[in-house]
Amino acid sequence: MAGPMKMRATAQGGTTEVRVLMTHPMTTAQSGQPLHFIQNVTVKQNGKTVIEAEISQAVSRNPVFSFRLKGGAKGDKIEVSWLDNKGESNTIETAVA
Amino acid sequence: MTRFFGTIVILGLTAIPAAAQDTKKEIQKYQQMIAEGSPVELFELEGETLWKKPQGPHNVSLEKCDLGQGAGVLKGAYARLPRYFKDADRVMDLETRLLHCMTTLQGRSRDEATKRVFGNENQPSEMEYLSAYIAGQSRGVKLAAGHTHPKEKAAYELGKALFFHRAGGWDMSCASCHGEDNKRIRMQELPVLHKPQAARPIMATWPAYRVSNSQFKTMQWRINDCYRQMRYPEPKFASEATIALITYLTVTAAGEPYRGPGTKR
Repeated sequence: MAGPMKMRATAQGGTTEVRVLMTHPMTTAQSGQPLHFIQNVTVKQNGKTVIEAEISQAVSRNPVFSFRLKGGAKGDKIEVSWLDNKGESNTIETAVA
Repeated sequence: MTRFFGTIVILGLTAIPAAAQDTKKEIQKYQQMIAEGSPVELFELEGETLWKKPQGPHNVSLEKCDLGQGAGVLKGAYARLPRYFKDADRVMDLETRLLHCMTTLQGRSRDEATKRVFGNENQPSEMEYLSAYIAGQSRGVKLAAGHTHPKEKAAYELGKALFFHRAGGWDMSCASCHGEDNKRIRMQELPVLHKPQAARPIMATWPAYRVSNSQFKTMQWRINDCYRQMRYPEPKFASEATIALITYLTVTAAGEPYRGPGTKR
């Protein structure tokens, strides 16, 4: 079971500011341990995919992502999910405040 | 000739602080950047889960633990620690009190509960998660460690004495590093912790997440590691000495609104 995630989404005059935290070891090849890192991050706004990101081992442990989405009103559903190289995943959903 | 010499001295004095000011600004910028990307809230979430998880021979959670504001009251509890607890007849900091609740409420043995008080990046400890959660419930509350009961006053005095007491392999005291203005080690400024204006921002942001090793660090760890750095024998977890130092530092920082858990380089 993947560790917790936390997200905040706030509407700010035409854009939505999203900040999401993920619990993940993000183990690199350098550590001598088996590689274990998040590969894909998907962001959905009211069920529609708005961001599909591929990230690498270069991202830190317990990563934080912050970004702005065009549009978005209070109450919109924002969903962020990640998938790692071992096939583990986690999802969080929140309403825009 | 004398006047000319005076001008040179004044120029020299103004040039040095300007450079130091730039360095300070850059360090502040860096600290702000790491704070923005801090995963501290994830530790708070895990801590909340642990707080509510039934454990030990009695199979109960810590939710009935009295941190000084009544059983189970978390709001503002951290900001008022360390303090004297009548039921244990001693001054306790957060971790000592948690240990007390683990042994009394949950019926766990001290050995089992302290088996792993400091974690690592792959597996943080129970104390670290719980500290993050409980400290987070004091955001905005002014620091007000106990300083009225005779045992609280005694702890403060002992902490103060320890702060200035030189010993160990390198004949150092806390004040050897934290006793002079404008000193730093690489990026890390060394606050003069016996002065309230320096102790305030520090005590208001501990416990804290440390970016350089991806670990959450507690106050007991902070004191323990300072003693390691000074090459002293390792202090015992939740000992009179570590509690006294935490009491001394927190009383010195009294009045500062708590804004942790913080994020350190």
